[in-house]
Amino acid sequence: METAAPISTTEPKLALSPWQLFRQRLKRRKIAMLGGVILIFLYLVAMFAGFVAPYGYNHLDTDNSFHQPIWPRLSGLHLVVPRYESAPGDFVYREVPNDTKPLHLFIRGDQYKLFGLIPSSIHLFGTGDQNYPVLLFGGDQFGRDIFSRLLYGSQISLSIGVIGILLSFTFGMIIGGISGYFSGATDTVIMRLCELIMSIPALYLIISLRATFPPGMSSSQIYAMIIIILSCIGWAGMARVIRGMTLSLREQQFILAARALGQSHLKIIVRHILPNTLSYVIVAATLSVPYYILGEVVLSFLGVGIQEPQASWGNMLTAAEDVQYLHNYPWLLAPSAAIFVTVLAFNFLGDGLRDAADTKSL
Amino acid sequence: MIPLLIGVSLLTFLLMSLAPGNYFTTLQQNPQVSRETIAKLQAQFHLDQPWYVQYFYWLKNVAGGNFGYSMAYKIPATALIFQRLWNTFVLSFFAMVIAWGIAIPLGIWAAVKKDSWVDRACSLVSFVGLSISDILLSLLALWFAASTGLFPIGGAQSPVHDLMSPLRQLGDYAYHLILPALVLAAADMAGIMRQMRSNLLDTLRAEYVTAARARGLGEGWVIYKHALRNAINPLLTIFGYSLAGLLSGAFIVENIMAWPGLGRLTMEAFFAKDSYLVVDCVVLATALLVIGNFIADILLAWSDPRIRLK
Repeated sequence: METAAPISTTEPKLALSPWQLFRQRLKRRKIAMLGGVILIFLYLVAMFAGFVAPYGYNHLDTDNSFHQPIWPRLSGLHLVVPRYESAPGDFVYREVPNDTKPLHLFIRGDQYKLFGLIPSSIHLFGTGDQNYPVLLFGGDQFGRDIFSRLLYGSQISLSIGVIGILLSFTFGMIIGGISGYFSGATDTVIMRLCELIMSIPALYLIISLRATFPPGMSSSQIYAMIIIILSCIGWAGMARVIRGMTLSLREQQFILAARALGQSHLKIIVRHILPNTLSYVIVAATLSVPYYILGEVVLSFLGVGIQEPQASWGNMLTAAEDVQYLHNYPWLLAPSAAIFVTVLAFNFLGDGLRDAADTKSL
Repeated sequence: MIPLLIGVSLLTFLLMSLAPGNYFTTLQQNPQVSRETIAKLQAQFHLDQPWYVQYFYWLKNVAGGNFGYSMAYKIPATALIFQRLWNTFVLSFFAMVIAWGIAIPLGIWAAVKKDSWVDRACSLVSFVGLSISDILLSLLALWFAASTGLFPIGGAQSPVHDLMSPLRQLGDYAYHLILPALVLAAADMAGIMRQMRSNLLDTLRAEYVTAARARGLGEGWVIYKHALRNAINPLLTIFGYSLAGLLSGAFIVENIMAWPGLGRLTMEAFFAKDSYLVVDCVVLATALLVIGNFIADILLAWSDPRIRLK
């Protein structure tokens, strides 16, 4: 995006390694760096979701159904949270004047397990009083804190993207490498299979795959299922590209040398061919993570993915599908803002990586 | 094309056979329905046979233009499915026309005025467009429709549709189409615009463009007569890719905005365990995509003599 500034002439005129050149070019792309920083922040918050979130993901409080967002405000030197009273009418809440409670840091609240291991009940912030809730992004239909659920949901949505990519791209690289290296009948069969998978519009295939799983799975099984479904589809595109690259790579001298040294076919593919495709793969992976995140969102949104009360960005949005809710309580759309920011950050980073890896243009 | 569709149907059939239970499993819990009735019904739909036998029955029927019987809707699937296919086609077609109609001129404009504010604004908008999901766009559109009351909230026709004159009915349909088509187009536009811009920039760097300028041709002539014609070609190859995205996008838009298309039918059939109907939907959606790609190939051959000669 940014136009490249001319490299300053005071630098020592040593030839840079491709990796150094790549790093230098990436650093010049401010937007890509911004994307990277946002992602690091999001993943860190997701890791510490239980600590950062003021409530548990299933902290029901029907007194706060569809409560509007409550933001702490400055009063003297303290951040205070006002108390709200339900007013006559459906889910209307009015602020009670001069009745506030200060916000505390590191306060005890709902039990959670940090990293799924360490039990704790200390939260980054909160009032410690049921009657003075802090609902940064408002409450949902069961009065649960949308902000807290958003953070718990990010654990699922963000991790599915990365694990899905790792799985399907590893698989796609190996299959593509085998296909291109051996060519002949193996190649034909694998490529026809890829074409078959790629010719079905993705969501239709996802739903057909979803139908093969039994109902009543546990939440961790559903999590694994979503990753499997998305990876089943994602590997095909990768395999095709890697196959094309392998076709030209295997004609090169160093492959002949490796064969002359008596290395096994598998070792040649994994150790000599695939590393040469890595710069493409990293860029493609970064740009593909959003599709996996969105895949989970769509599945959960349609009600066939992560199930309540577990939070995911997709199933939180299901509430917003009701036009009445959406019209009256627009803060239900908060998860879609999170999705937007995440996808935008991945696109920024991926775009920058691609430009930096493309050494042909300056 | 045909072998591909057979492969797709075989694959979906296999997947549906792996699915636990069928439409009649829920009936079994009903004490008023006897076991014999269920067995009879299952035999009637060949659901007691292994999947490959079912598949041959299905294939034989489809070859005769009969897409089977919808167990959930209790009507022949053929009429149902082609009506839904038509709706999906109309939605995708208009979305495509809108998307390409806006994205191509914008892409050209951004490339010609490279690094100007126009270019920067376009690239910002396309970044946002690439990152905004169909779900968010559809929900925002619903919100917009509900808040302003300018557009209908979902569906393809008003409740009084049947009482209208044919012309009014068409108008009603078009009125319901606007918002879903715009949402779908907006999601598709960003990619096309970026592609158009970078293609045109690439061709503008080519030597024959420099040569044309050196001959003293006007800038407009150079861009629109020489560069643009060559820049359009690679775009036709992303047509198929964009079409696949469009159909998946339509799936989401249909489900959120209640547009009665194939995607919505797929979900309804999925929840009802109406397995033949799911297979029909997947095969027809694939056919739509394959035919679209086929048309793109023809267009490519038409616009690029090098491909024709191969």
